[in-house]
Amino acid sequence: MEPAWRPAARIEQLRQRAELLARVRRFFAERGVWEVDTPQLSATAIADPNIESVAAELAGRRYWLQSSPEAAMKRLLAAGSGSIYQICHAFRGGERGRLHNVEFTLLEWYQVGFDHHALMDEVVDLAAMLLGERPRERMSYREAFLRHAGIDPFALDAEGFAARAAEWDMAVPDLGADIDAWRDLFFSYRVAPALGRGRYSFVDEFPASQAALARLHRDEQGDLVAERFELFIDGIEIANGYHELTDPDEQRQRFRAEAERREIRGEPLPDLDERLLAALAAGLPDCAGVALGLDRLIMLALGAERLDEVMAFPFERA
Amino acid sequence: MATYSTNEFKSGLKILMDGDPYAIVENEFVKPGKGQAFNRVKVRNLKTGRVIERTFKSGDTVEAADVVEVEMQYLYSDGDQYYFMDPNSFEQIGASEAAVGDALKWIKEQDVCTLTLWNNEPLTVEPPNFVNLKVTQTDPGVRGDTSGGGGKPATLETGAVVRVPLFIEEGELLKVDTRSGEYVSRVKE
Repeated sequence: MEPAWRPAARIEQLRQRAELLARVRRFFAERGVWEVDTPQLSATAIADPNIESVAAELAGRRYWLQSSPEAAMKRLLAAGSGSIYQICHAFRGGERGRLHNVEFTLLEWYQVGFDHHALMDEVVDLAAMLLGERPRERMSYREAFLRHAGIDPFALDAEGFAARAAEWDMAVPDLGADIDAWRDLFFSYRVAPALGRGRYSFVDEFPASQAALARLHRDEQGDLVAERFELFIDGIEIANGYHELTDPDEQRQRFRAEAERREIRGEPLPDLDERLLAALAAGLPDCAGVALGLDRLIMLALGAERLDEVMAFPFERA
Repeated sequence: MATYSTNEFKSGLKILMDGDPYAIVENEFVKPGKGQAFNRVKVRNLKTGRVIERTFKSGDTVEAADVVEVEMQYLYSDGDQYYFMDPNSFEQIGASEAAVGDALKWIKEQDVCTLTLWNNEPLTVEPPNFVNLKVTQTDPGVRGDTSGGGGKPATLETGAVVRVPLFIEEGELLKVDTRSGEYVSRVKE
């Protein structure tokens, strides 16, 4: 075991990481997307009940370390920034494992005038620059389930998922009536590991209940789906993007619904992000945005198995 | 009743599931960026040794299993139970043949073993890593014979059979590694 003062990653890996970061910055410079820098310490936090924001006490007031720069970057977009990107640290409490670290590096960018399809092309160009070319594929969330788990995630209810879990002897907890928790479970166990094997696999048209900040439309089967995508490489989730919701009233409703779920679960309740809602009211340009787990992409580019191999000081050494 | 939250999970942690004690062998944190987090664990049943997989919702709690490891001296067997004594408190405890298992091949009275206790009942008995045992039977080695990998079987006083070098004779005291079941050296009495 290395002494605790030493970095977890080898110095050579960290030098290569720096080189990859320089290439990412060149990628955006060539496309006229400029780099911004927004606060990591902020008065509000994301409402998403599945993300645990880290609180920081300051002069008797509670602030939050940001779990993503999304809100601040959208305020810049509304103020007329045009297309922008950011490479920053983000914080998510309780997330630690082979592919997770509480503090991690996000690459987030927004392309004005893009929809999620155009942005997917750009995301895969960036991945191919660092990892090399591979066949590219896109499929809907429903298709991904049908192909790799043999079930339709829109047709099954919570009981249906529970019955499959028992039938397949999955030894999983009872998730009750929480349909999205069931979908997440099956997606994580049965679908995601099969995606992106030797290729770049995009999944889009997520259920509307998992839309977060994406726009909605009805798919061919008449189900309400989100204009949201994820990129998978070698079974690992790398990026999550949206054709961004610009309607402030719809956004306020979604924040309220998320806050309600937090209240039911007894989780901390940060104030609604009124500055973001005001920015949306002032007018967010039509755009698509994506958050990419840069540590994971670097891990794959350097042939590593764990995030710790490409991080100087992971959580236990921080 | 002590409990552990999933974020305290790590290998070696002893938990209670379906009334049985388990040790966590492997803990994997699984979370879609925008969804529910899970802990997928491999656990070993401390009664049967069987390893199974189980998933928990992150943040859930699990009852802790009252499992401890203690060093105890082997005293005797009455044919049914095997009795061990805590050298500090002189308290005695009986272990079943199933719990003693393979340790029987290696231990003699007075040997200090490691017992895994669950609610003060022995689950397993580990013999010392090295034991000294007398050879009770082995054929005479033939001088100059280097065939057969240069070894021969020898029966020890506990009944265990180990491969030994050709020069070992009956009545000699040998040091044996109980983890591999291999001969280490001769011991001077």
